[in-house]
Order: sequence, then C-alpha cells, then structure tokens
Amino acid sequence: MNDNLLSIILFTPLAGMFVLLFIPSAQRTLVKLWANLTAIAGFAVSIPLALNFDASNGGYQFAEKAEWIPLLGVNYHLAVDGISMLLVMLTTLTGMIAVLSSWTAVEDRIKSYYAMLLLLQTGMLGVFVSLDFFLFYVFWEVVLVPMYFLIGVWGGPRKLYAAIKFFLYTLAGSVLMLLGILTLYFQHYQQFGFYTFEIAELMKLNMPLHLEQWVFWAFFFGFAIKVPMFPFHTWLPDAHTEAPTAGSVILAAVLLKMGTYGFIRFSLPLLPKASIDASVVQIVVALSIIGILYGALVCLMQNDWKKLVAYSSVSHLGFCTLGIFSLNPNGIAGSVIQQINHGISTGMLFLIVGVAYERRHTRDIKEYGGLAHVMPHFAKVFAFALLSSAGMPLLNGFVGEFTILQGAFEANPVWAALAVPGVVLGAAYLLWLYQRTILGQVTVSSNLHLKDLNLREWLVFAPLIAWALWIGVYPKPYFEILQKPVAQLVERVKPGYGGGAPVQAVLPRKEAR
Amino acid sequence: MSQFYTQTDHFVLLPGLLLTLFGCATLLFDFWLVPEARYKKLLVGWLIAAEAFTGASLYRHTTYLADNGLTELVAFRGSLVMDGFSIFFNWVFLATAVIVALISYRYLEIEGEHHGEYYGLILLAQSGMFFLAAGTDLVTIFVGLELMAISFYVMVGFLRADRRSNEAAMKYLLLGAFSSGFLVYGFSVMYGMSGSTRLSDIAASFAARDPWDPIAFLALATTVVGLLFKISAVPFHMWAPDAYEGAPTTVTAFLSVGSKAASFAFLMRIFLGPLAASREVWEPILIGVAILSMTVGNLAAISQTNVKRLLAYSSISHAGYILLGLIAGNDTGLKGVAIYVLVYTFMNLGAFLVIVALRRENIIGEDVEDLAGLMHRGPGYAILMLIFMLSLAGIPPTAGFIGKYYIFLSLMQTGHYLVAVAAALYVAVAIYYYFRIVRSMFVSDVSEPTPLAASLGMRVAVAVSAGLTLAIGLYPEPFLQMAQTSLIR
Repeated sequence: MNDNLLSIILFTPLAGMFVLLFIPSAQRTLVKLWANLTAIAGFAVSIPLALNFDASNGGYQFAEKAEWIPLLGVNYHLAVDGISMLLVMLTTLTGMIAVLSSWTAVEDRIKSYYAMLLLLQTGMLGVFVSLDFFLFYVFWEVVLVPMYFLIGVWGGPRKLYAAIKFFLYTLAGSVLMLLGILTLYFQHYQQFGFYTFEIAELMKLNMPLHLEQWVFWAFFFGFAIKVPMFPFHTWLPDAHTEAPTAGSVILAAVLLKMGTYGFIRFSLPLLPKASIDASVVQIVVALSIIGILYGALVCLMQNDWKKLVAYSSVSHLGFCTLGIFSLNPNGIAGSVIQQINHGISTGMLFLIVGVAYERRHTRDIKEYGGLAHVMPHFAKVFAFALLSSAGMPLLNGFVGEFTILQGAFEANPVWAALAVPGVVLGAAYLLWLYQRTILGQVTVSSNLHLKDLNLREWLVFAPLIAWALWIGVYPKPYFEILQKPVAQLVERVKPGYGGGAPVQAVLPRKEAR
Repeated sequence: MSQFYTQTDHFVLLPGLLLTLFGCATLLFDFWLVPEARYKKLLVGWLIAAEAFTGASLYRHTTYLADNGLTELVAFRGSLVMDGFSIFFNWVFLATAVIVALISYRYLEIEGEHHGEYYGLILLAQSGMFFLAAGTDLVTIFVGLELMAISFYVMVGFLRADRRSNEAAMKYLLLGAFSSGFLVYGFSVMYGMSGSTRLSDIAASFAARDPWDPIAFLALATTVVGLLFKISAVPFHMWAPDAYEGAPTTVTAFLSVGSKAASFAFLMRIFLGPLAASREVWEPILIGVAILSMTVGNLAAISQTNVKRLLAYSSISHAGYILLGLIAGNDTGLKGVAIYVLVYTFMNLGAFLVIVALRRENIIGEDVEDLAGLMHRGPGYAILMLIFMLSLAGIPPTAGFIGKYYIFLSLMQTGHYLVAVAAALYVAVAIYYYFRIVRSMFVSDVSEPTPLAASLGMRVAVAVSAGLTLAIGLYPEPFLQMAQTSLIR
C-alpha cells in the first residue's frame, strides 16, 4: 500500500468525481452524501501518510516513479518530504471540511459544484506531491479551471468579474513561470546532454548569476501572484469575497500555499545564487513587509466582513514570504508552520462568515452586532478563530509568527522590527471586527432570531479547532518533521549556515541534551 | 530509356490521384445515380471509402520508406516528393476531410443546400492539399494551390440563397486571387533567377546570391506576401473574418483547419527550401508578422459577438504562434509547427463542430449568446466545448498545451526571449475571450430551451476530436514520435 499511497491520495477525489457524474442530478441527497463520502475517504487515505512518515529521514518518501513522456524527459514522479506532507494533510482536511460546509450553503447545480470541488482537490494535491516540473505545471494549471467555475457559477454578485480576474492574473504569472521552467530544462540539456524535468536533476545545474536571476523573476511572477504578494494581490479580495464559502476556504487554506510552496520547493533550491543575491532578497522582503502592513491597514478600513478576512490573508502571507526569504531554519520552518496555521485560522474565519451569511445573506458588518446574545456558541468559535489568527500564545498562530519573526531577526533585525506592527494591527482589526459583529446590543432586528450552530456546523469547526490547539500547545512534532528538510534547504542555499540546529528554538529544549 | 511515367511516379502520385479520381467520380455519381435527396447521405460513405483508399496508400508509403530505409521518395524528376513531412500533413488533411464530411450532411439539409458536388469539392480540395504538401516544384505547387483555393471559393459560397455566404465567397475570391497574383509573380522572379522551377535549383540560386540582392529580395518579398495571405497572418488577414463568418459553418471548419494546415505545409517547403539561405532577411519580417498576428488576433477577438468571427480572429493569432516555430527554426521549432498544426486541427475543428451542432431550423446558433445555458441543454457538448476552449488557450493537460510547449521551448533554445515573453503573455489575453464562450455556456441562463439533437456523424466527429484533443494532452508520446518523422531533412 505504501508503494502507491500518494497516487491513491491523489486520485481518490478524482475517482469519486467520476462516479459522482453518473449519479442523477435529481438525487440531491445522494449527490451530497457521495461527495462527502469521497471527501472523507480522501482524508482517510491520507492518514497513513502522516502516520508512516519518517521524520528522521530528511529525504523524499513514498516515492513513485514511472515514465510518462520519454521523448520530453517527463516522468510521473511523486514523493513527499516534511514540508509537502504537512501541506498534503492540510489539503485533504480542508477539502473534507469544505465539502461538508456546503451541505446547505449551495443548492444550485449541486452535482457540478461537488464535481468541481473534488477536481480542485486532486489538482492541489498534485501540486504538492509532484517532483517532476512538467507534472507540477500540469497540476498547477488544472487548479485554475475548477476554481474559475466555483467562483463564476456559485459566487456572489460580482462573481464573473472576480472569476475571470482570478484566472487571468494567475495564468499570466504561470506562463511566465513556464518560460522559466523551459530555461532550466534547456540549460540542463546544454550542461548534461539530456532533457529532463526531474527536480533532483535540475538541482545539479550550475548557471551564471544573471541567468539565475532571470529565471528567478520568471518563477517569482508565477508564485508571487499566487501567494499573493503586494502588489500582485488585487485579484485576491475579489476572488475571496465573491467565491462561495467553500471556495474561499480552499482558496485561503490551500491555493495560496501553492505560491509559498513554490518558493520553498523550486525557487530556493533550484536557484540558490539568485535566492541569496542581496538585490533579489531585498526586493522580495520589502514586498513582504509592505504586504504585511498594507494588508493589515486595509483590513481596518473594511465594511465587508468577508473582504476583511480576505485582506488579512495578504498580511498573513506576507509573514510567510518574509520567513522564507529570511533564509534561515527558523524563518523557513516558521513559514511552513504559518502556512498551515493560516489555512486553519483563515479557513475558520471564512467558515464563520459563511455561517453568518447563510443566515442573513449579507456581508456588511453594519448589519450585524450583538450576535453573542443570539448565537453564543457561534461567538465562542469566532473568538477562538480570531485569537488563533491574531497569534495568541498557546494557539497555533503564535507559534508560526513568533518563529518567523525570530528568523527575520536573525537575518536582519530591521526586518523584524518593521514586521512586528503587523502583528499588532492584526490583533486590532480582528478584535474590532469582533466588537462590531458580536459584542454590544443587537442593533438589527432581523438578527434577533438567528439560529446558533447546528451539529453539522460543529463538525465542520471541530477538526480545525483541535488542530489549532494541537499546534499551539504542542508544536514539537511539526518542528521535528520540518527540521531535516528545512536544514537541507538552508544548506543548499547558504552552505554552512548553522546546519539547521536551531529550529526548535521555541520549544522547551528538553530533548536537546 | 527515361520513362515518362515510372512505377515510382505512380506510387508517389497515388494518394493525389485517388483523391482526384474519387472527387470527379463523386460529381458523376451525383449526376447519374443519386439525384434524389434522400440518397445524398450515401455520398458520405463514398467519401469515406475514398479516404480509406487514400489512407491505405499513405500507410503503404510509411511502411515502404521504413522498410527500405529511405527518408524520401522522389517522383517526376523532382516535382513531387513523399517524405515524412508530406505523409504527416496528408494524414492531417485526411482526418480533417473525414470529420468535415461527417458533420456536413445534416447541416446542409437544414440549410436546404444538400448537393453532391459538396463532397466532390472536399475531395478535390484535399487533392490540392496533397500537391501543396508533396510538391517540390513551383508549377506543381501552384496548381495544387489553385485546385484547393478554387474548391474553397465554391464551397464558401455554397449557400446560394444566403447573402452573407455570397459576399464571403466574393471577398475570398478577390483577395485570394490577388494573393495568388503576388505569389505567382514571386515564382516568376525565382524562375528568372534560377532558370528552373525545382525548389532545389532555386535554393541553390538563392544560396549563390547575396540575400539582399535586389532580384532575390524582390522574389522573396512577393512570395512572402502571397504566403502570408494564405495563412491569414497580419497585415494580410482581412479576408479571414468575413470569409469565416459568411461561409457555411462546416466549410468554415474545413477552411480554418485544412486550408491553413496545407498553407503551412507549403510555407514550410518554401521557407526551408528556396528561402533557407535568406533567413537573415525574412526572420525579422516574420517576427514582426507573428507578433502583429498575435496582437491583432487576440485583441480583436475580445470584442467579437459572433463565435465564428471570434474563432477567425483566434485562428489569426494561432497562425502567429505557428510562425514562431519557423522563426526559431531548430528541430524543436519545426517539430513544434507539425505538432501545433496537428493539435490545432482537432481543437479548432472541435470548436466548430459544436457550433454546427447548435444549428437547427430557424436558429443560427452563431452568437456567443446562443451558447448561453448550453450546460443545461446539452451538457455533453458544453463539456466538450470547454475542453476545446482550454486547448485553444493552451491550458494543460489538453493538446493545445503541448503545441505551445514546443513553440515556447524552441524560442528559449534559440534565444528569442522577448518574443517568448510576448507569446506567453498573449495566452493570458486569449483565455479572456475563450472564456467568454465558456461563461456563456456555463454561467448564463438558458436563452432558449430547445434540446439539441445530433446526428450519428456529428457524435462520432465530436468524440474523435475531443478524444484526440485530450489524448494528445495526456499521452503525447506517440504523436510526438509521429511529428519527429515529419522533419524535412
């Protein structure tokens, strides 16, 4: 089973989708049940991946390799290391939650809706498990289509605009990335005499700095638009705001991580010289810090509940890229943890907006207020999500942000100093949002009889709450999983930089005797 | 004794001969044997029989070349050649003609213009294409070109009662004749330069001269103008949108795919043969033309409301992409041209097939709005159209991506970085108008609830096109091997 575990994980949603297509649309309950079963199965088959993952082995695990297009040197090569394993788990879990959260939220053309969600799931998983650049690119692009439909068909009032904007922005980035990939591919042929898209092979390349820089920027467009980094973020508020709840959850929790994952998996190890080049790093870090602060400031101005959460992603993802380009173990490990955290916290925040929207059909913050009186459980869950997102100690957000800031401080204290206000602003806009929507008296009469969370909604939130607590209270397993891959990455980019020891800085150093 | 007509001559000529004979026989058949309308469908079977024989002879050529370790078989003292290149392109023509015939009978019945000549014209046009791809002599090529073009002039104006069809045929005829004039003028100068009509002699004569020599330049410039007209590259593209829009949709499909593929085969023969030595002259011209074609094609397509016109502009931009492979000019680029032509054939045909399927009594089905709610009326068609649109835009894992992949790679290999960046960014522009169609199909509400009924031929044709569009994208290996054999050596 371990031999093709990754293929099973990868294609379970797709197989479920094909079966789904044969269920008659009129059987609505059956369609929903089958979609949920597939999503649960998708998560269930990924559990052995986490259980059997060997943290002491820093290399790739669960590898599968087969020829796909020999003439082009393309292989079907899957494998995971600690970084991608965590992202795979995040994807399968949020996929399950997204499907479950849609039970009553989406009533129109449900068969196509669930088919798109499941197709999206396979696309995203493919991105995280591919070790062949061509395969990676195929999955990277496959993701766009279902997401376009999720936003464009089931979205809010400006769905068409948001959907095509999302598609155009990300596609423009990815075709430039394709040119970068082709450059590496051709360079490899010139240096070694054969064509291949294998990441491991391409890492052997030795290119002059200027060429690496060109390729770096080509990749940068692809990844930075996806993340999205300032100033490429403008598609994000539209897409997130107009998407249906499940779409927003998946966009925030997983899709954006494809960009940061791209930096970690491809930009850094394939282009080590460009990645430590001072001019490159300064630009990327500056954009990250601007993103952190700008995203947070814009959040303070929002009247639209969902848009506020959307902009908070810009700010949080800024921390992730800052961590990556601190180029030290703390920064990168923190960044990966923060990516998971952002998936959990922002996923929850979007689900909370979704719960409120389903009851009131408005996202205007002024329409709410005093919800704590009518929906006490909802208020508690929201408080939890908010504190986790704002980075309260003992919850997941703190672990990630703290480690990133530590890494940034090691790299350059000024960076950390500039980014810290982002944490404060983050607490400010979230608490203010809470105050306006949940606290005080009920100001709008239609809010007086809202129903509190039902069992299904509790089930949606429960796994995320549990995961947030786990990471917040006991993050050690995560750092252990990340330690070796991150150390190798840092060794690759900055040979001789501390060998990866200090990853566990925030941990009680019990086992470091 | 130097024989007038040897066995090799016969063997090489066979596919063209079969097509011509079957084409002429169709006309007779129609006249004598099947005058009644209800028997017209039999002609589709007749055409498929003709294609079966042609296909068999093409297959025999492939095996003959392989068995004898030959790369080419020359006939008529160097006027006609069967090499991997012409075999490859002839397979493309064959597939196009079969698919077009399969979708035509129902469409022509609806239009009330179901005549047997139509199938004869398809075969004769295809015969012209055969001579275009296999010809290595100016006269042979020109005769092939005119045979194809005249068949198309008639087919474009096939709807006699329709003013748009007549207008389109007139425009196409006038501009086509005009461009043929340019071409034949260029040919005459080439003949003057070299004293021969064989492409190899002309190539030698070009190589012996300075590429900027006035006579050589005159020959090159007029020939290039004529060629660019035929592939509808900017700034010689004006006829395409009108001809595409006015022609019967089945003919538009044939014209946009078959005629374009044949013109590219012809263009490759000329640029890689006689004009190979003058690359420094034509490369900058072609770069400009390719970029202009992508710009004008993509930008003009954005504002179109008629799907046929939209696809006409998109085909102009595709011509730009295909030219890029020739501009790169290395093996990857030339293979890219072949692959691109192959995938373009199926994806573009597929898109037109869906438009043809929408044509019913009293409903034209050509506007983007007519596609609205197709997902409800015919979900199968909507999903297939989505595949064709994604492929035209070049999104993996569809065939279109493989074509673009080769083009981009060849540009990066030969150092045309800026051209590559421009070509890549136009992919993002193109997705906008392809997705206008998708949006209409999936997002908009139903405009009219009439369900679609499809003929058997239509179902087969759509299934084949979509199947190949996906197959080339998902498992391109065998198709890439095919393209590998198509390189001109």
